[in-house]
Amino acid sequence: MRLIQSIGEWLDARLQLGASIRETAEHPVPRETASWFYVFGSAAFVVFMLQIVTGIMLAFIYVPSAGEAWSSLQTLNHNVSLGWYIRALHGWGSDFMVAIVLIHMVQVFLFGAYKYPRELTWIVGVFLLIVTLGMAFTGQVLRFDQDAYWGLGIGASIASRVPLMGPWIVNLMLGGPIIAGATLSRFFALHVFVVPGLLIAFVAVHLLMVLKLGINEWPMPGRVVRKATYIKDYHELTRKDGVPFVPGAIWKDLFFAAFILLSIAACAYYFGPFGPSGPPDPTIIQTAPRPDYFFLWLYAVLSFLPPSMETPALLIGPVVVILALVLLPFFFGEGEKSWRRRPIAVLAILLTAVALGTFTHLAEHTPWSPVMDAWSGDPIPSEFLHNRSALERQGALVFQVKQCHNCHSLGDQGGKRGPALDAVAVRLTQDQLIRQVIQGGGNMPAYGKNLSPAETTALVAFLETLHPAGQSPARDASRAVALGTDAGAPPSTHQ
Amino acid sequence: MTLPGGLTRRDVLMKIGILFNGAVAAILAVPIVRYLLSPVAHERKGGYEAWVPLGNLEQFPSGQTRLATYRNPVVNPTDGETADIACWVRNVDGQTFQVFAINCAHLGCPVRWFPQSSLFMCPCHGGAYYQDGSRASGPPERGLFEYHYRIENGKLLIRAGEMPTPGRASNIVREIRPCA
Repeated sequence: MRLIQSIGEWLDARLQLGASIRETAEHPVPRETASWFYVFGSAAFVVFMLQIVTGIMLAFIYVPSAGEAWSSLQTLNHNVSLGWYIRALHGWGSDFMVAIVLIHMVQVFLFGAYKYPRELTWIVGVFLLIVTLGMAFTGQVLRFDQDAYWGLGIGASIASRVPLMGPWIVNLMLGGPIIAGATLSRFFALHVFVVPGLLIAFVAVHLLMVLKLGINEWPMPGRVVRKATYIKDYHELTRKDGVPFVPGAIWKDLFFAAFILLSIAACAYYFGPFGPSGPPDPTIIQTAPRPDYFFLWLYAVLSFLPPSMETPALLIGPVVVILALVLLPFFFGEGEKSWRRRPIAVLAILLTAVALGTFTHLAEHTPWSPVMDAWSGDPIPSEFLHNRSALERQGALVFQVKQCHNCHSLGDQGGKRGPALDAVAVRLTQDQLIRQVIQGGGNMPAYGKNLSPAETTALVAFLETLHPAGQSPARDASRAVALGTDAGAPPSTHQ
Repeated sequence: MTLPGGLTRRDVLMKIGILFNGAVAAILAVPIVRYLLSPVAHERKGGYEAWVPLGNLEQFPSGQTRLATYRNPVVNPTDGETADIACWVRNVDGQTFQVFAINCAHLGCPVRWFPQSSLFMCPCHGGAYYQDGSRASGPPERGLFEYHYRIENGKLLIRAGEMPTPGRASNIVREIRPCA
């Protein structure tokens, strides 16, 4: 013990850091901030440390070459002992880091911590969010599999839409004309040098400001921030009712950080590493690329935006969001901090959460994508074929063979791109069905050139059987009159 | 020594030192920026495109649409299999061809051909195209990208080399007019 102490004294006599570290550790913070709500920033920092350590370990084995990256990931997964676990820790660490950074941001927003004098802390925090998402995206590229390859294609397609500069930006992003070796090398450089460098720099500034300006006090309704008096009030608060950061507040940070690390370790152990999926061979086209969890909402938005809105939304949307976040403290730098007196702030968070949650949920089910193998893999449920005429069953065959099932479901099987057809005969008359099949419309391709008249007749005959047992199919009342048949008779399907 | 205006000799030397470093930085910036912009410069100078063979005409029967692959004309040793690119070849009538990029005109995902319904379908966001490449439904704003082709000694060649994207499509491929 005495030896350790004397070594410590020897070092401190030369480094001269002890006093300032002690002062920093023991600086008083407002008593209520020693709270479980104030642990997310330090947890994000600890997860970032984990990412640095596991990232360096992965770099021992990983080969950033388009021809070899995928097989080096297989080596990590299968041939290096516990290589799979380090990959899993890094992958789950990234998901946890994005989640904790977002939770930290929500907490800071709801507690009004971006107000005077912490505006710059908030702005650097916004940059930290962008940089964290940048790490997540570039990291996904380094897992150089099919999803990474086509994900880069999506990125290039978005970048190419920038007016005038688009094609140049694509070339710069890909490092050449196609997604290839140069692309992976530059994303490796970004993920391992450039973006982490920015991240470390921003974290340093962010932390420095937290120390210099003090931790945001617990917001009380009615305790209004005014530039003229805030700093004096804050110092009075910490002097009268403060606790030293160590150990008054830090024990909660320590517990939470350890809990998060344990959760990451457990997830990594139980769920294992992410991928890699199939090899990044562009000639294998039997693939349905999907982004990682945190970009799923974007994937959903891209399929729902009307075509004319897409380019403006993609190019202007992010700028507007980032500008709004950066400018927030300049417009609302004073006033109430408590969420109890800031209903619009609470609503904004709820709206964002509901929107992101809904889009993510939709992206997990991709109702807009055709089910590519429904026509050959999902049979028509037998109740739709029972007691049907030969022509109607022939129509069911046309329904399968012409891939209608890829976009339309029957009995909950098949695609959800178009409407379910379980009761289509109630909605559309025979004439309307024929017109819809032949001419398409309403986002459905026209099949006029791909169906013979006999096939169309059979298909429509089948579609007209699709109605609930007790409900009669839709019919055109004027048709019976025009054709001179009995107006009361059900519309004929056999002509 | 103090010069007129309150400047000392050391102040002046320091300013000259800063200027000197600025000048060196400006000189070094030229090769650095040119290095960083080399992918763009390459395209502007020579371009990335070349005529590449897709195979003999017999591989593409009349009236059918088949998958073809080619090796990208600009290849680096580290590219591996990523330099193998796929495309769809449609033999319209034995004389005329259409060669479509594999990339959906929406966001570049690989489209698949369904001969039974004569449609190209995209697995990502549900874009669909008719057999002539024109847009059928879904989010794409336009038809599939189409390569220029020519026939030489019984072989089908296309002019390829750059990944087609919505922004630069006009450089390399012609727009497919939507069918009536």
